[in-house]
Amino acid sequence: MSKILSSGSKTNPRITPPVRPEYELPLEPLAHATSGEGLPVYNRLWQHTWIRKGLILFCLALLWEIAARLQGNELLLPPFSAAVKALVDDVASGVIPSRAFNSLDVLVKGYAIGVVLAFVLTSLAVSTQIGRDLLSTLTSMLNPLPPIALLPLALLWFGLGQGSLVFVLIHSVLWPLALNMYTGFTGVPETLRMTGRNYGLRGLRYVLLILVPAALPSIIAGLKIGWAFAWRTLIAAELVFGASSGKGGLGWYIFQNRNELYTDRVFAGLITVILFGLLVENVLFRQLEQRTVTKWGMAR
Amino acid sequence: MDGMTEFAPENFGPPAPPLLSVENVTLEYKTPGRVVRATQNVSFDVWEADRFILLGASGCGKSTLLKAVGGFIAPRKGRIVLDGRTIQGPGPDRVVVFQEFDQLPPWKTVRENVAFPMRASGRVGRKEAAERAEHYIEKVGLSRFADAYPNTLSGGMKQRVAIARALAMEPRVLLMDEPFAALDALTRRKMQEELLALWEEVRFTLLFVTHSIEEALVVGNRIALLSPHPGRMRAEINSHEWDLSSGGSSQFQAAANHIHRLLFEEAVAVDGANDE
Repeated sequence: MSKILSSGSKTNPRITPPVRPEYELPLEPLAHATSGEGLPVYNRLWQHTWIRKGLILFCLALLWEIAARLQGNELLLPPFSAAVKALVDDVASGVIPSRAFNSLDVLVKGYAIGVVLAFVLTSLAVSTQIGRDLLSTLTSMLNPLPPIALLPLALLWFGLGQGSLVFVLIHSVLWPLALNMYTGFTGVPETLRMTGRNYGLRGLRYVLLILVPAALPSIIAGLKIGWAFAWRTLIAAELVFGASSGKGGLGWYIFQNRNELYTDRVFAGLITVILFGLLVENVLFRQLEQRTVTKWGMAR
Repeated sequence: MDGMTEFAPENFGPPAPPLLSVENVTLEYKTPGRVVRATQNVSFDVWEADRFILLGASGCGKSTLLKAVGGFIAPRKGRIVLDGRTIQGPGPDRVVVFQEFDQLPPWKTVRENVAFPMRASGRVGRKEAAERAEHYIEKVGLSRFADAYPNTLSGGMKQRVAIARALAMEPRVLLMDEPFAALDALTRRKMQEELLALWEEVRFTLLFVTHSIEEALVVGNRIALLSPHPGRMRAEINSHEWDLSSGGSSQFQAAANHIHRLLFEEAVAVDGANDE
């Protein structure tokens, strides 16, 4: 090996690149960058997320309609069109809006309290050793506990009112959100932390001005998970425990109509839950992400 | 021309007590399982408007030393004195420019990034912070990008923002931890040039960590050489006569070789002894 190399470089050059004349050029003037204007129409339409997602929803509805028509038993599976008709009727009569309002009322209360508690717990956890131990012990104890399993206790403590629903909702939001927030906080780069401390930031100001924005991708993920958990828990709790003092929510609406075999209305109730989910995910959270983490290049 | 007066005979020697004194500092940090000694009994003085370089191979504790001056690490022994006061913790009178690009909060535009520390530390009012930010962004040549977010900037531009942000704070000492090490060679050269031009104008006091002998000679007016494992003082050398134009000269090469010998000859001997 060494023999070949040395003989090649010293005495016997096999291929030598030619020596070419040098030249210098004045710089070409700047050309404007081309934009995507020239693309065909369908290509540009395809760039819109809502068109692509709308198409998916349309296909799902179509599949449902075909399956229901083929199966032909409205009690088991009413067609999509029947469910939509029941939905429109009950929205017009005001039943679904009032039920949805009852559900959202409880949901927002539980969610908000859960978010605040999660923030307090994780702020303690990033600033003190004992806070960290508290958070990790509590989450590992309580996160696997299904909220519905707490419902009997909640009923015992808070009675047949909104209180017990709010209690289980807090439980369902708090732990997954706290876990996500804490993971986000611990993932903040060391340099950024030192930068914050360099300017004399401490305590709550340090958490709010440095840690929260830096951990926002994880926090938003936690808020999304918490929101989904809260919906699930609420509908399930309403199914189990029914109307509270005559003010039933969507879960109660679904349960009642199933008892009376109005399957199309059961589906109307489910569609309402789904619509809220789509709305919150694609409008609220999407906007939040686009205005923050996407714009900042922290997420795509 | 301005630089000449400093070394005129009547001004020779220290005109006032040093701005920053590192006195017999021993630094240690914990890793899982053992305590690592980063520096041992290190002392040096930095005077106003110095461009003081900490130079050494990796493992000589120079970055740890800089962090201790920044107040992020407390010395195990000895003390660090700034303006006659012992340093207790991080503070806005010593602003650090790090090597990593993620030192800029990604949620703030260039303008906000530069103004943020002035507002956060409560030293400057809103209006003055905005004016100073404008001024220093212009100084580093980023006026066109003042409303851009850091994720759209190149590495060199991010470091310029960090420098503008640090200068806008008008700190007593500007601490730089290998600020150009993550940049490509062409950008690094340009940044060194710009840093020196800024110093000519503003006359800040600089404590600069690097592992490049050339960078040390060009950027600094005085160089402290540290030997590794743990960091101990090897020498202090004057380098005020070198600038970016002296790179190829034989005296410059001689100075570089001198530093190289000081840093590595003893280290090789010690390593060799350890091997046997």
